[in-house]
Amino acid sequence: MTAVRCIELCRTFIQGDQKITGLDHVTLEVEKGEFVCLVAPSGGGKTTLLNAIGGLDRPDSGEVWVAGKRIDQLSKGALAEMRLNNIGFVFQAYNLIPVLTARENVEFVMQVQGRPAKERRELAENVLAEVGLTGLEDRLPAKMSGGQQQRVAVARAIVTRPAMVLADEPTANLDSHTAEQLMELFVELNRTHKTTFIIATHDQRVMSYARRIVSLLDGRIVKDQQQAT
Amino acid sequence: MQVAGVVTRLAWRNLWRNHRRTLIMLGAVTVGVWAMMFMTSLLRGMVTEMVRDGIEGLPGHVQIHHRDYRDDPSVVNSLPPASGRLRAALDDPDVVAWTERVRVPAVISSERESRGVTLVGIDPTAEARISFLGDEVAVGRLLESVDDDGVLIGRKLAETLETELAKRIVLMSQDPDNEIVDRGFRIVGVFDAAIESYEEQFVFTGRAVAQSLLRIDDRVQEIAVLGSDFRDIEPLLTHIRGAADQRLRVDAWYELDVYLGTMLGVMDGFVLVWIVVVFLALSFGLVNTLVMAVFERVREIGLMLALGMKPAVILAQILVESVMLLVLGLFCGNVLALVTVYWLRDGIDISMVAEGMELFGAASMLYPLLTTDDMIMANAVVIILGILASLSPAWRASRYEPIEAISKV
Repeated sequence: MTAVRCIELCRTFIQGDQKITGLDHVTLEVEKGEFVCLVAPSGGGKTTLLNAIGGLDRPDSGEVWVAGKRIDQLSKGALAEMRLNNIGFVFQAYNLIPVLTARENVEFVMQVQGRPAKERRELAENVLAEVGLTGLEDRLPAKMSGGQQQRVAVARAIVTRPAMVLADEPTANLDSHTAEQLMELFVELNRTHKTTFIIATHDQRVMSYARRIVSLLDGRIVKDQQQAT
Repeated sequence: MQVAGVVTRLAWRNLWRNHRRTLIMLGAVTVGVWAMMFMTSLLRGMVTEMVRDGIEGLPGHVQIHHRDYRDDPSVVNSLPPASGRLRAALDDPDVVAWTERVRVPAVISSERESRGVTLVGIDPTAEARISFLGDEVAVGRLLESVDDDGVLIGRKLAETLETELAKRIVLMSQDPDNEIVDRGFRIVGVFDAAIESYEEQFVFTGRAVAQSLLRIDDRVQEIAVLGSDFRDIEPLLTHIRGAADQRLRVDAWYELDVYLGTMLGVMDGFVLVWIVVVFLALSFGLVNTLVMAVFERVREIGLMLALGMKPAVILAQILVESVMLLVLGLFCGNVLALVTVYWLRDGIDISMVAEGMELFGAASMLYPLLTTDDMIMANAVVIILGILASLSPAWRASRYEPIEAISKV
């Protein structure tokens, strides 16, 4: 079953007088339960493709389908709804809400979904334990280390068991040990819950966990290969 | 419901993220609300006192006359004592008090001066419940009965006539046959009135004495009626109009004193304008605070949008934040205004400017009056205009593109 289908995606950005190509006729299909790494040098188009798949940015042309539904023409509200119920995001910078505690950050998506308080609390505590943050539930982000904050962000992304997790350089600010723990958690989730992972990275350690590596250069897919893990 | 919870929590915590800025804005809202409430209470107090003094000056809330009396206030346009349906209406429990008066133009002369005045023949017992004549006189005594043949004059008139207590004066008027009638009276009391012009205009004697002087038997020129609230006299007016026959004319106080009636209406409009003007000044600070708050949180707003929060919920969050600030400011401002008005409950002495105020019919003591209606109006205006003023920054926040907002440094 196809989780993501991108057809002939094009995206350009204007920077000053220059026209920069983000995506140049990119066509990609990702099956449900795949663990894919998008690999590219800086400015190669991996984040642009990830944003298009996540409905965070609209392509200039082409089509984006997620879970069998075309999303590139949806309204802002409908896109928000789609993201809320289908996708977990992990961003490069930790991107937690500073006025909420670790638990409240993890509960945030569930609360927007309208889940009851008891269920939210239980799920948040379980997932925080999964990412090794037991005892830190009531800490504000400012009182946590970078690694801890990224784990809270991961916990928030996976707590609702979304069909797909999109991660943009998730290990960029982590030490090697924390990065390894995080990737093992991703692999475990991928294996047990058949969660689709699409990770934009140029970190070799992350690539070693992926079963499929899609390489981009100047906004084009230049290589798409399966690999044994 | 769950979304409302997260919106409220975020709004509250974001409000206190920058304590100093929030406290400064809270202070501004508090002072603004206090100023609009306190100023309103002064205006309301002044107008209410003016109306009360005006009503106590003789009109009552409703007056009944011969239908031609107001055009020609002479002795011929008189009416018989209340009887039948009219009497029953006047004895209704809704009527707090009523009295019949003789009221004609007259000339008063002392041994030195003469002046045109209004001679009023009263029943002192009934009159005391309606007009200022129930109060103490400055010197001498009050009238004691309808047969009391002394006169009460105002302090100002006494000065003008260069006369005083216990001296004799002569009152001259016309009887129904246009014959001049006059009689000597002894001054038994000199009164002070809240409105100085009353002291020059009115001369009081017993009703039966005035009737006898004017040769009008038991007829009177005026019936004054007092209801329970001068702001709500329509039921009383309708009731009495229904009972009065065609030859009579029934007027409300605001028809008898058009200036006062208009003043009350103008003041309602002025209070609203004042509240709106104060709020407009406040709204600049409020909008600036919200714009800054939104600008500082662009990344978070982008994150929340990226995670699936709908733009409408972002808009609601900013509005809730604004409403929280306003409600806190309103609470503090209301309490401060109530405390101030309570503290000044014994009145503010404005006698230094009372000479000028007299021209407007205002007394020399100003009693601040904060009504529930004014408080509700001020609070409602602040909340409604506050939400309107907050819409622009809130709308801007809700229109961010998530990925652009997240990338903002």
